[in-house]
Amino acid sequence: MTSRNENVTEPSGEDAFSRRKFLTVASAGVAGTVVTGRAVADTLADVPPREVGADLSGHGERSKFVHLAMLPEAGPGKRNVDPSDAINSKAPLGKLVGTITPTDLHYERSHSGNPDLDPAKHRLLVHGMTRKQLVFTVDDLMRMPSITRTVFIECTGNGWENWKKADPNVTVQNTHGLVSTNEWTGVPLRFLIDLVGKDRRSTWMLAEGADAAGVDRSIPLTEEIMDEAFIAYGQNGEPLRPAHGFPIRLITPGLEGNLHIKWLRRLKFGDQPWMTRWETDRYTQLLANGKAMQFQLRMETNSVITSPSGMMEIRPGYHRITGLAWSGHGKIAKVEISTDEGRTWKQAELNYPVLPKAQTRFQLDWTWDGKPTKIVSRSTDDKGNVQPDRKSFIAQMGTNALFHYNAQQTWAIDASGRVSNVLA
Amino acid sequence: MFSPKQLFAGAVAAALLVLPAYAFDFGRPANSDEIKLWDIDVRPDGKGLPDGSGTVRHGKEVFAENCAACHGDNGQGGIKDRLVGGQGTLASDKPIKTVGSFWPYATTLFDYIHRAMPYQAPGSLSVDDYYALTAYLLSLNGILPPDGKLDKETLPKVKMPNRDGFIPDPEFSKVPVPK
Repeated sequence: MTSRNENVTEPSGEDAFSRRKFLTVASAGVAGTVVTGRAVADTLADVPPREVGADLSGHGERSKFVHLAMLPEAGPGKRNVDPSDAINSKAPLGKLVGTITPTDLHYERSHSGNPDLDPAKHRLLVHGMTRKQLVFTVDDLMRMPSITRTVFIECTGNGWENWKKADPNVTVQNTHGLVSTNEWTGVPLRFLIDLVGKDRRSTWMLAEGADAAGVDRSIPLTEEIMDEAFIAYGQNGEPLRPAHGFPIRLITPGLEGNLHIKWLRRLKFGDQPWMTRWETDRYTQLLANGKAMQFQLRMETNSVITSPSGMMEIRPGYHRITGLAWSGHGKIAKVEISTDEGRTWKQAELNYPVLPKAQTRFQLDWTWDGKPTKIVSRSTDDKGNVQPDRKSFIAQMGTNALFHYNAQQTWAIDASGRVSNVLA
Repeated sequence: MFSPKQLFAGAVAAALLVLPAYAFDFGRPANSDEIKLWDIDVRPDGKGLPDGSGTVRHGKEVFAENCAACHGDNGQGGIKDRLVGGQGTLASDKPIKTVGSFWPYATTLFDYIHRAMPYQAPGSLSVDDYYALTAYLLSLNGILPPDGKLDKETLPKVKMPNRDGFIPDPEFSKVPVPK
């Protein structure tokens, strides 16, 4: 299928004629061809002859035919703002394939800009209820035993577009672009806990960043978190990018994005939460009765169809529905898709490997009969958690929670094949 | 997945082969003077609050000079977060979350503005100024009287209107002490 906001350059010059001809006969394109986009070669004779390419590169760039960009946003509904005004930047989920988000397209959410810190001057202080109070350099951390793990990070506010109403003129980048999956490398938290000799009565840890706001969160030291958290210096095989916490950040697989403290400079062990601004005023979920859920740290079972999705246009006939599913509880066990507004469901194929607390791609063959309908996905994880439908989700959370939206996403398709965002 | 015991043993073995140093020889001890520079966090029981004090009256001046440009003259109507009012709106269709209507702890207010404000120069005011700002914002919300004053003894005793407005997630409400 093609989308109105194609991520592929318009052909020009001598290609223009064949392109026009093509558009009149076959503009439906092929499902899933996000990179190649619409075809403009009717016969093999239209394919340009082979020629010697450009010089080899010192730094690999995307093809000139491919345009991928994040969507800087100043708040709900304030889209495509100048990056200097943005509070977050959303990943182009509708134009990505596979499960790994390219590093430069990993969503961003920062509370006082993206500092670029000198790693030679950066320090990590680990102290509090510990036998030793230690200061580490980045080199110290890189000399320690490391782990490498692929995990999703999701902003707690992902999905906020749809709490109260559904804007029909948005893409999946708008509705779900605050989640990404990268491979991260770093030092297990357990290793640092052993080095400093944590007092066993310490049940909470404060993690604090070196950004201007000194963003800090209290992290409960459950066995699961102590086993899985790590201090990362590597992102998709290279040092972290500044936007993602260079030189070091905390990774807490499956938990709120805000807990993955970037520009990490301090870990303090204590025996109660600190009640920072980010776990009281923010990242708490206001229910309909006026009470707010607090320390709802785990990101829930979620999924979204990325193609066909909002603002795309499809033609009757064969399509391959595809999308992403993820759960902070563990692995995705199954994804079901309905193409008849939730009346019947079919199980989608999952692309392997399916990793715990990472995004999983799913796909399903579908033939559209050209009649208006709605398509929706729902995921189930290996702990048995099922992504809720919108109605039961809102019945539980109300519409003021602002964070932790994981209701099933419905896309409506009208008779002309236009796909749009709807609540259900 | 990751086994801390195995990793630990592996680290010792690797260090013995490569380094004369002990396997634990990562980092260096922090001295108490340098810890003080960074150890700014404040808990609801007041632990971490610095010496100093500030009045509502002084806070009004500090606010006008450093905060009003973004937060509005009286903590509302600015381009950034509204800080005042909204009490009684949390269960409505349009809840207004402010320091007065939503924040459960006054210590959080001190901690946050002390570490993160003013936005362009966080931590640049004096400790007395931060106490004064805290006092002023609480008075704007009707929580402190106009002649109020705060220090490390009185601040933790302030009871915020929405103190009981939070439900801890069952999974993390009680973290067990490891054996």
